[in-house]
Amino acid sequence: MSKETLELHWGKHHRGYVDKLNKQIANTDFERYNLEDLINVSYNNGNPQPIFNNAAQVWNHDFFWDTLRPHGGKEPSGQVLDRITKQFGSYDAFVEDFKHAATTLFGSGWVWLSLKKDTELVVEKSLNAINPLVWDHIPLLSLDIWEHAYYLDFQNERGAYINMFFDNLINWEAVENRLNRAKGFIGLGDIIIPSVESIQEREKRSYYV
Amino acid sequence: MAGVARGKAWGTWHGFTIRGKQSWRSIHSDGYSLPDLPYDYSGLEPVISGEIMRLHHTKHHQTYVSNFNKALEELQAATENHDAEAVVALQRAIKFNGGGHINHSIFFKNLAPPSDGGGAPPEGQLATAIQDQFGSLDHLISKMNAEGAAVFGSGWVWLGLNKELRRLVVETTKNQNPLITKGLMPLLGIDVWEHAYYLQYKNARPDYLKNIWKVINWKDVKERYDVNA
Repeated sequence: MSKETLELHWGKHHRGYVDKLNKQIANTDFERYNLEDLINVSYNNGNPQPIFNNAAQVWNHDFFWDTLRPHGGKEPSGQVLDRITKQFGSYDAFVEDFKHAATTLFGSGWVWLSLKKDTELVVEKSLNAINPLVWDHIPLLSLDIWEHAYYLDFQNERGAYINMFFDNLINWEAVENRLNRAKGFIGLGDIIIPSVESIQEREKRSYYV
Repeated sequence: MAGVARGKAWGTWHGFTIRGKQSWRSIHSDGYSLPDLPYDYSGLEPVISGEIMRLHHTKHHQTYVSNFNKALEELQAATENHDAEAVVALQRAIKFNGGGHINHSIFFKNLAPPSDGGGAPPEGQLATAIQDQFGSLDHLISKMNAEGAAVFGSGWVWLGLNKELRRLVVETTKNQNPLITKGLMPLLGIDVWEHAYYLQYKNARPDYLKNIWKVINWKDVKERYDVNA
């Protein structure tokens, strides 16, 4: 991802959303909200209020920059790899899923790996400014599919941009941190199935079989 | 005839399928193809760079055409297999890619090099209608620029014609939705997807909109108006 892209994407687009949002909420009740509450409130159950687009895009870009790092990418490890393998079968299968979502997104939007509150991991896509917070999911990583995110570097070749993301940019440590933080909200503990031996042992001790 | 026993409606549908199959065949053997650009890629410079025009035409528009043809082939197969789910599922790809083809075919003709009339103001009944309904050409341009800049995400800003009411309307559509989805005939469309301007104007969409009027081919817009009004 070139310096020029970052300067524009962060310095103009992201900054623009921040400036516009601040102008919109100045001297209103919204000033007192934190950003995530602002997003949920202004989403208004699918009938978004004017501040939603800017609020969500501010959050989306904050999240996106933290999802990236220089010399990142390649495969994750530890619990992130475990969960991905458990959910999708293999890391490669997850990448396939994600790439498919990213290439079939029509228009502008984002692709996410999110954790649902029933502990399922999902690849999901959203249009324009929408993000998984409004679906009550916990995003773990994202990819910006708006054309401004890749046009200077890749022009129309969205596939090459997605590959570059996986090969070079993902900050798996950030993903792991988000997963750990999610444990404060979801019981991610694995179910422990008692071994057959211990059931038999217990029955031996019991007077009533 | 397998269908007849089930009743008239089924038999009729079956008959339609046979005829439908033949007309699909004729579309399929031709397919849709990328219309040529009426000018050189560099013809609209300095308003729109040759690099943008070349990418826009040979990559973006071509991809819509190819994917449109592919979706229609899959639709034909799904129809022959009586696969109702597949038929319905394909509508999204058809609307998007077909819309992309329709919209860009109009857009590229709506533009012309200044040496070929690009930027010269409209004449005739269209000019009168613009005066009557918007006050002046400048007012129309301001309105279209404002609405075009306000499109969030990808889409188009249009000058359309409501045929029933014979009124000109400024309207926007999302993604590649063709203007006909809003019940209007498209006269002039301006692409505000980022790929239409990003390499040259970067995030400054308002600058792109301000400048594009120098290459708008009002002759083409007038022809569409005269045919439909």
